[in-house]
Amino acid sequence: MLTEIMKTSEVKEKKDTRSGFGAGLLELGRENPEVVALCADLTGSLKMDAFEKEFPERFFQIGIAEANMMGIAAGLAIGGKIPYTGTFANFSTGRVYDQIRQSIAYSHKNVKICASHAGITLGEDGATHQILEDIGMMRMLPGMVVINPCDYNQTKAATIAIAKHHGPVYLRFGRPVVPIFTPADQKFEIGKAITMREGRDVSIFATGHLVWKSLQAAEILEEQGISAEVINIHTIKPLDEKAIIRSVQKTGCVVSAEEHQINGGLGDAIAHVLVRNNPTPQEFVAVKDTFGESGTPEQLMKKYGLDSTDVIEAAKKVLARK
Amino acid sequence: MDTNELKKIASQVRRDIIRQTNAANSGHPGGSLGCTELLVALYFKIMKHSPAPFSMDGKNEDMFFLSNGHISPLWYSVLARSGYFDIEELSTFRKINSRLQGHPATHEGLPGVRVASGSLGQGLSVAIGAAESKKLNGDKRIVFCLCGDGEMEEGQIWEAVMYAGARKVNNLIAIIDVNNQQIDGSIEQVMPYGDLRPKFESFGWNVLEMDGNDMQDVVQTLETALASTGAAQPVVIMMKTVMGQGVDFMMHTHKWHGVAPNDEQTKIALAQLEETLGDY
Repeated sequence: MLTEIMKTSEVKEKKDTRSGFGAGLLELGRENPEVVALCADLTGSLKMDAFEKEFPERFFQIGIAEANMMGIAAGLAIGGKIPYTGTFANFSTGRVYDQIRQSIAYSHKNVKICASHAGITLGEDGATHQILEDIGMMRMLPGMVVINPCDYNQTKAATIAIAKHHGPVYLRFGRPVVPIFTPADQKFEIGKAITMREGRDVSIFATGHLVWKSLQAAEILEEQGISAEVINIHTIKPLDEKAIIRSVQKTGCVVSAEEHQINGGLGDAIAHVLVRNNPTPQEFVAVKDTFGESGTPEQLMKKYGLDSTDVIEAAKKVLARK
Repeated sequence: MDTNELKKIASQVRRDIIRQTNAANSGHPGGSLGCTELLVALYFKIMKHSPAPFSMDGKNEDMFFLSNGHISPLWYSVLARSGYFDIEELSTFRKINSRLQGHPATHEGLPGVRVASGSLGQGLSVAIGAAESKKLNGDKRIVFCLCGDGEMEEGQIWEAVMYAGARKVNNLIAIIDVNNQQIDGSIEQVMPYGDLRPKFESFGWNVLEMDGNDMQDVVQTLETALASTGAAQPVVIMMKTVMGQGVDFMMHTHKWHGVAPNDEQTKIALAQLEETLGDY
């Protein structure tokens, strides 16, 4: 699917993806009485306050006790509810990995683990809170769906769509205000990659905040005579292998781009598909096996190699390897 | 069902525990033997439940969660003997391609199990979630959860204890198997955390006590606990048991926590346990 978009310079509206989650959860709460929400003392940060206000009996304030939250969510799912848990990505994954593994994933519970402040754009709070390993941890769990939408509209659509999927889902989004460039009325399909821009020379597969950076990069590459295809991989698991192979058979080289460690994330997932089906030169835009630090999101994206210039550099490097 | 009949079932269940662990050459007989009266009383007397067809959501049924999942041979025997699956399946315990995993799981679709357990400390949280779902569903039945006393060393237990007390989860009955044993020795040797009663009381729980190896006391205390639900507090029963109860050489020691009896030991053990319902 090719989404018609304006030039990136023409996109004016901006919002944080976490607000897309909050809006989606509220809308879903009105549609589906089985949806319940749990939060570990971060209701405002997760934008869950509107849901809490409208559905107090379906909202569970757990306190700062994430392990207990995951267990209670599993229990609510047993009773037929569709629980959405909300806390920072760090406390949604690394802190509670064993609870997710045993009580949710292995037990195939219909729990939606909704994780805000993912990645380095969490910013000033620093590396203790900037989880860059969460996609890796979650995609290793059998049966877990892993989604990282790119903007407000897509996060809202994904929040609503995952209620219809029976099984555990990890939904990852972030804190910073970023451009809104996908349609408000989009239909979100789990596992279906979206071609944002067609191209011939290089395939850029991006997820989350890096989709926008990749679109910016593709415009500059075009000015330099390089035709880049940009594909939004909002679902990292299950991965849209067909879309990846189809694009690569046309372009012959790959850049993967993600706000995540170079190990274990989208880049690894794509390389795994290609090495089995269509071995292809690939460059990785990702954090290079290091922890983050305090700073503004923009400063950190630059310093840790996650900016549009890094996507451009990676594209040129991989083109030279064709 | 009267106490004598329940005791007869308990004797058969203990035989099943010994035979399963012996055949698997692994498993956890000690805690299983200690908690036998409780599970027999729950499944054959106290709980309203529907073995077949088994429903995962347990709507309008009492639900049981086993947080200390390693005492699976006990649970499997009680589930089979109360009609959740064929007793012949007990012979597959811990074997390849079995639904009777070393620790309980839903993954293979074993009727009666609603969540995996084994990694300790998680079951009470899940039981609370199930209890909360019953409240939302207007379902008046009760959720039971068994935990070990060694398991009280897990941090998540206290998150759950805090939550249930603060939120007055009054359709929940937790039972702690107080056998004072864990893998490396007694509780006093490994982590002398002191008396559990004031800890639970300070978090707002109604604390009862019983002799977990006295069937009459177990039934009566469970009935008292049931009568205490619906009030302002969650209920917990401190259940004193002897690890290895019913087999003399396994009693009063942690050594049979996770060791299976060999063929000779199995013969001696079975000689002490009357076959009442027929072996599988």
